[in-house]
Formats: sequence, structure tokens, C-alpha cells
Amino acid sequence: MGKTFAEKIFAKKANRTEISPGEIVTITPDVIMTLDADAEIIYRFKQLGPRKVWDPKRIVCFMDHYAPASTERAANVQKMVRDFIKEQGVEHFYDVGEGLSHVMMLEKGHILPGQFAVSTDSHAPSYGCVGAFSCGVGASDMLSIWTTGKLWFKLPESVKVTLSGKIPRGVYAKDIILRVIHHFTVKGCIYHCVEFFGEPIDSMNMSERLVLANLSVEMGVKASYVQVDELTYAFLNKHNKDYDPIFPDKDATYRKYFELNVTELDPMVACPHTVDNVKSISEVKGTEIHQALIGTCTSGQLEDFEIASKILRGKKIHPHVRLLIVPASRSIFAKAIELGYVQTLLSGGATFLTPGCGPCAGIHEGLLANGERCISTGNRNFIGRMGSQQSEIYLGSTATVTASALYGCLADPREFI
Amino acid sequence: MEIIEGKVFKIGDNINADYIIPARYLDLYEPEDLGRHALAGLGEEYPKMLKDYRVIVSGENLGLGSAREQAPNALKGVGIRAIVAKSFARIFYRNTLNVGLAAIECSEAAEALKHGEDVSIDLEKGIIRSRGRAYHFTSFSDQIMRLLNAGGMIPFLKRELKIND
Repeated sequence: MGKTFAEKIFAKKANRTEISPGEIVTITPDVIMTLDADAEIIYRFKQLGPRKVWDPKRIVCFMDHYAPASTERAANVQKMVRDFIKEQGVEHFYDVGEGLSHVMMLEKGHILPGQFAVSTDSHAPSYGCVGAFSCGVGASDMLSIWTTGKLWFKLPESVKVTLSGKIPRGVYAKDIILRVIHHFTVKGCIYHCVEFFGEPIDSMNMSERLVLANLSVEMGVKASYVQVDELTYAFLNKHNKDYDPIFPDKDATYRKYFELNVTELDPMVACPHTVDNVKSISEVKGTEIHQALIGTCTSGQLEDFEIASKILRGKKIHPHVRLLIVPASRSIFAKAIELGYVQTLLSGGATFLTPGCGPCAGIHEGLLANGERCISTGNRNFIGRMGSQQSEIYLGSTATVTASALYGCLADPREFI
Repeated sequence: MEIIEGKVFKIGDNINADYIIPARYLDLYEPEDLGRHALAGLGEEYPKMLKDYRVIVSGENLGLGSAREQAPNALKGVGIRAIVAKSFARIFYRNTLNVGLAAIECSEAAEALKHGEDVSIDLEKGIIRSRGRAYHFTSFSDQIMRLLNAGGMIPFLKRELKIND
């Protein structure tokens, strides 16, 4: 009988020939990702007395949630992280301004097909975009790995999403995944691994594949997997690293299936206050907005700069709107400057923030006031997520966000693309 | 672990980790500090409201979203001893057990229990009792019971690693 991606990687990592969903096994992760907002692990680790982490080479650490610190407490948290990294000899460390962890993991080649990763960030399943199994854990679970090198994991059941058709003009991976989340709902895939296949993915670049993998967290998944193909190999080529991809069998059995033809898909928007409250742009256009955010896990890449520049070239954003742009990494920012995108967007009225998480988690910048509405390329629109409890967050593609910034209200990007 | 007794505080479906503890408090780590902001994402009045309650009863998908372990620690800090839900988001489920709080999946109890009523929970036997009724749930494995009895992952690890406080 055929096996899913999760079944195959669990068997491999747990050294088993057969393993069934629901079984619990102990696994030593290949890659361990952590960041400033989860510095609780360091605080707890210190309580265990002077000791060395189990394998500093496997740890990759980022300063992206508080980048740069806006309170004295956050500054002290980041200092604690820096001191710890030095003391423990963790080489893979990216300080304030280097970029957003999930994008950097891919950009720097820290995650490869067939690897098993854990992260203290809930968007860990992002690395499914290169065919890695990656799941989020809390501070105590991470502490257990730092001290013992292993942790228990339950083999999840899997869900298969098959896309077909041709992606229409002005529609992107963000619109597709919002449509998928609308189908499954925010609780539809709790404790499942979701796999994505299909022709529309063949032509998606890695930034778009990351959007699929990252946003599937919002339907409750433990991990995700996007087809591994020539594009994956080409993307990883520059790192010159060996890896061993895992391919699910064509006749594998899944708990749920969803087939979506994207040919007629409209730009989609997730409305307040849950990510499955998804509507097509035509149903919500005209809704007044005050802030537009391009960035966070699922935007801020070079392709997003290109799209936003194309829409804003020679124009100015609406005078009542703040357009905030967070480059996903320092090197993407540099490239966007080189290609003239940044100049175009600055002239159009955009404000640039430090590469990192930006305002998405409502921690340190770009917060919303009472009664304000934001259209964001982010992945969460919970009440108060970006500031006031009386504010609202809508989620959409980079094109939808840029077109909305131009009009001062939710707008259909297709007239510009 | 002895029997857990106390009043039920009822919340709805899809209560995410941001609502349990907003991100602006992520630079706090100790349960007692976090407890002052428990459920503040639902409104600043919630932490005070929670004070006399010992058991959270919730609907589906409790704790979705962020991996922050501060979420169950905030509930622990405000005095919550057990959490009953129709279903849990997976990271929150693990985090709850790891901070030494019982995470009990029991749709029947989550449906029937009313806000403010007194319950008694027997973890060993897997029974929730209230107003003469009993609701059964799958009792925890020995491994999880050891974790809960130790008071969570950190005291458990300290014991395993033979570290004295």
C-alpha cells in the first residue's frame, strides 16, 4: 500500500519499516529553529544550571519578532539571546535586520528536502515548501530537545490537495490557499499533514510555494508538503548541499481530499476575525482601509516588490492610507533597491520597515488605532492582533494590498495586472 | 495527582493563543506574571474575572495559532488547574501538558458543563463529575501522568537530569 509523505519521513527518522498514523515515536530533529520572541527557552535552560546545548550546529536562531527592540524589556530579551548564542557556540545566528526567520531558513539553505525540523514558531510548517517535515513546538518541548536531543512525535494522518487549471491574471498563491482554508475551515486539518500537488504548482516559484505551506498552519496542520520537483532543485542549487528528498506514493491513502480548479478563481480576502472567513474581492471591495501592510512570512520577497512596483509606478497611494513595506530579508531589500523597486514604492508613498516580522504580531511597530482597518499580506487576522481590540484586519495578496492602498479601500488588483 | 475541584469558566470555539495571552506580554515568562494578563486578548477585564475559577471549559480548536507556551502558563498563573475542550490545537495541547496542566478532550462535558458550576476531575480514572452526572474521557498514558505529577516538563527534566533547585 502506498505511503504519504508523513508516513515515509516518520518511518525513516524513527528507523522503522512500518508505522501507522497515531503511533508515537521518538525522533532526533535534523534542524532546530528558534527566535527572539521564544527566548523563554533560554531563560528556562539557564534554570537547569550551567550546561551546553545538545548540538549547537543544528540550531538556527533569529532576531525577527522584536527587530529592532522598541521597549527596554525586549532589548534585554535580545541581549540575553546574543549572550547565550555566544556562550553556547551557536554559529547560525541572524541578528536584527537580517530578515524574517522562515524566509531566511530557505534563503541561506538551512532547510533541505527530506529533513525533519522543529521550531518554536507556529509557522514552522513553512518548510514543507521544499519538502521538509517541520512542525511547531512550545518552549518546554524545545528545552527537552536542547537537553536530550530528542522528543516524542505522533504520526499525523494526511490530507491531499490537488490543484488544476491555469492561475488567472491577478491571482496568486495567497488567493489559492485562502480558498483552500475556506474549504477546510480553521479547525478542518487539526493534527494533519497537508500535501499540495498539481499543475498550477509546477509554475509557482518558491516564494509562492512558501505561501501555500505557511498559510496551511491556519487550518490547524502539524506539517505541510509541497511537491518536490525541478524547481525545488533549481532553488536549492546555489547552496551546493546534498539532500535526500522524500516523495509520497501516488496510491497513498489520505484522510481527506480536496481538488480545486483555479482557472476561474477570483482574488480572495480573509475578513475579520478568522482566517476562514474568506470572500472574493468583489464581495468586499470599497471597504475603507487605513493601513496596508506588505510583508511578514508570506510577502516581502522580490516577486512581491515587483508586483507592488508595477501597480504603484507613477502613482501615489491614497492620502488617508499608510502603506508599510517590510522586506523579508536584507538581501531581498538590497536587490529591490538595485532593481529600482524601492525608489518606485517610496515615490508612491510607501514607508519601509526593518526586515523581519514587522507589525504582524502587534508587538512593536505599525499598530492599529480604535476603529482602524488594515489590509495585510500576513497570515492572521485575530481581534487585536495588530493593535486595538476595535481594529480590523483583512488578509490578501500583495497585489490586492497594493491596489487597496492606492484606492484607500479594498480593491480588485486585476485592473493593474 | 489529587482530584481537581473548582468552578468552571466557559469560553467558546476557536479561542486562539493571541486571545489567551497577547503578543505584547511575550517577554514575561513566569506563570504568576503572565496570569495577570490571562485571556486579556478577549478584553482587559478577563484576568480579574478568572480569579475564582479553576477549570476552563472550551469548544473546538482551543489555543490555535501561535506556539507561545505563555498561553497555558498564563492560565496556570491565574489559578486554572485543568482545561476541558471539545478539541485542542496541537501545539497548545502539548504546551498545556508541558506546563503541568491537564488538557482534557471531552466533547460531552465541554457541551454540558455550564459557566460557574462546580466540577471535580479524577485524572487517574478519566472522570469529570458535576451535579450528579459523570463524563468519561480517555485517561492519560503513564508517560503523560508522570509529566503532570512532576508539575510539567521543566520539573520533570530537572528530576531526570538530577538537578536540585
